[in-house]
Amino acid sequence: MVFNFMKAAPAKPSHTLSDLALGESGILEDFDMPQTIAEHLMNLGFVPGLEILVTRSGPGGNPRVYRVDGTEVALRRDLSRCIGVRPLHPAEAGI
Amino acid sequence: MGPSGTIQGTASSFKPPKGSPVYKTVAVVGPPNAGKTTLFNRLTGLRQKVGNFPGVTVEHHTGSFRLPSGDEVALIDLPGVYSLNPKSEDEKVTIDVLNGVMPGAERPDAIILVLDSNNLNRHLVLAGRVISLGLPTLVLLNMADELHKQGGQVEVLPLARQLGTPVALVSAVTGEGLNAVANFLVATPQIPEPLELPIFGDPRHCREWAVRMGSEASYRRGATPEWTRRLDSIFLHKLWGGVIFAVVIVAVFQTIFSLGQPASDLLQRLLDNVAIHLSSALPAGLINSLVVNGIWKGAGSVLVFLPQILLLFLVIGILEDSGYLARAAVISDKVMARVGLNGKSFIPLLSAYGCAVPAIMATRTIENKRDRIATILIAPFMTCSARLPVYTMVIAAFIPNRPVLGPFVGTRAVAMLSLYVLGFAMAVATAKALKSSVLRSRDVAFVMELPPYRWPRWKSLALRLMDRANAFLYRAGTVILAVSILLWALTYLPMHNGQPPQISDSAIAKVGHFIEPAIRPLGFNWRIGVGLLSSFAAREVIIATMGTLHGVDPESHAMDLQEALKTDLTPAGAIALLVFFAFAMQCASTMAVVRRETNSWKWPLLQFIYMTAVAYVAAFIAYRITLLYWN
Repeated sequence: MVFNFMKAAPAKPSHTLSDLALGESGILEDFDMPQTIAEHLMNLGFVPGLEILVTRSGPGGNPRVYRVDGTEVALRRDLSRCIGVRPLHPAEAGI
Repeated sequence: MGPSGTIQGTASSFKPPKGSPVYKTVAVVGPPNAGKTTLFNRLTGLRQKVGNFPGVTVEHHTGSFRLPSGDEVALIDLPGVYSLNPKSEDEKVTIDVLNGVMPGAERPDAIILVLDSNNLNRHLVLAGRVISLGLPTLVLLNMADELHKQGGQVEVLPLARQLGTPVALVSAVTGEGLNAVANFLVATPQIPEPLELPIFGDPRHCREWAVRMGSEASYRRGATPEWTRRLDSIFLHKLWGGVIFAVVIVAVFQTIFSLGQPASDLLQRLLDNVAIHLSSALPAGLINSLVVNGIWKGAGSVLVFLPQILLLFLVIGILEDSGYLARAAVISDKVMARVGLNGKSFIPLLSAYGCAVPAIMATRTIENKRDRIATILIAPFMTCSARLPVYTMVIAAFIPNRPVLGPFVGTRAVAMLSLYVLGFAMAVATAKALKSSVLRSRDVAFVMELPPYRWPRWKSLALRLMDRANAFLYRAGTVILAVSILLWALTYLPMHNGQPPQISDSAIAKVGHFIEPAIRPLGFNWRIGVGLLSSFAAREVIIATMGTLHGVDPESHAMDLQEALKTDLTPAGAIALLVFFAFAMQCASTMAVVRRETNSWKWPLLQFIYMTAVAYVAAFIAYRITLLYWN
């Protein structure tokens, strides 16, 4: 494996997907989770460097729906807290 | 033809191919939701499931595709996969088949790769992996109709040149471009080397490669359909989402009862008329009794429930194919989390209201193994369609229909609903107990892809219903028929001077009386005991059994089955019987599928013992309580 996601985050990233509010977007950075889950997320389009947008919030704000790489995917808060992002200013956002 | 001869553009420029196929066995591979199953159905006409939920194709199916020359090519439909990673069960199946090490599957000599043209950047990553296996591959960019409608585009020739494989833009739904398949199958395999394949293992590079391939093909993705966004803003609304969810679930069951019951009644009248004609057409005697009482009253009494069962599968099929089930999983996740499961368990559990067998197979989409086993263990508590005949029959026989809530909701509807709630409550309690003890897991991964909403295709729904009807009729024609004939024979033995015995002296009565002490505390007599024994093959067999037992009994011969049941059970016994059926594991098919899916006898046996013990104790309690209030 050329790329190791477990090594990628020695310290907790400053911003996670969970910090983004509804309608905000960010750039995916790294994953702090078991590799099988990280790989599954990447198959669904969660690839570091891609832009991700919070499109919807389910009943009670959990799970939330994200748009990434043209697909909508629902994730629970627990998992979105393990995904590092660099928040984008509304002016930079592209999706 | 030079190397570029195998590269195809949109197939409209090709004449129908002649000649014999170059390949004998071809595997159909693709990610979930790429329309792979629709394509497979289109090519083979084979009955098979198609759905919007990722991973609905959990087994591989085979069919044959007929070329214009009349030759046939075997197609293998493989589970939907995102990647070729042996850690995932579905992907391991795919890898095993493609490598020819899957028992029972012929090694394919070519691959048809189906990708969603609306999601090429993601799906081309799989193309890189599949092409690098080295088998001749045809890449189909499916859902061309949606791509064009949403303003997207892709050019196939540059992509074909880059990948070194033929590529065609097709629509499995409209049939557009599908003659590319026949072209591929008869073409001389002269494959140019791919210009460049990605370095595997690094997802970022794989995706960069996919994007580069896309831009070579001037790929432009279409916009997310506007109505998918609009529908989601309603169906996933913070407040209305939950309300709509509840309405949908109630509507599902309301439809089944309000439309299914009249259809069943009609069928019943039809079958009764046939029985009368049969009885008068055949000479009186042994054969007449076997055909009318053994076969027709036995197996026939189960057939009546076919309309309700098909209706249930139709409604679930529509929800699944339209894409709503994936949203329902998101809505229900919060509630499922409370019992330690997640929204992904919701879909198998809803299907379990139809039948636990497909439901247990559908649990393969649950990534967490412990969550999956917990879901498998509770699925048979959901009120499956095989319980419906028993519930309907017993309720109609014993519970007088009085209005409870206005003219539309009567005591019988309440009784039926209570049984549904009872099964569900036991499932929840069991899940909670399992998830806080032996199957505890920290894993919280709930990852649910939401496909765009689509109109369900009537053709694919019809194919699936045919499949269900066949399964049901097969069971009625084999297991249930065999049990009916066996029981009928046991009522005719031992013969005295060529005459059958009194029913109370027959062999079957001996069996019934033997188990009577065990079931008397529940208020059941020996006949019900025989019915219960037979129902462990499949729940609805008890109806057939009671039909046969009363069919040969001169005292109750002329009664309809509901009347006859009143000679076997008191009201309290009837309630106990309903409760027993709500909980007991009486289904050989379910046990077989649990054994297959968990790969051990441990879980099905534990499940059997647990469910049957719960059923016995609960039926006893129900009997005692009912005796106090209703005598």
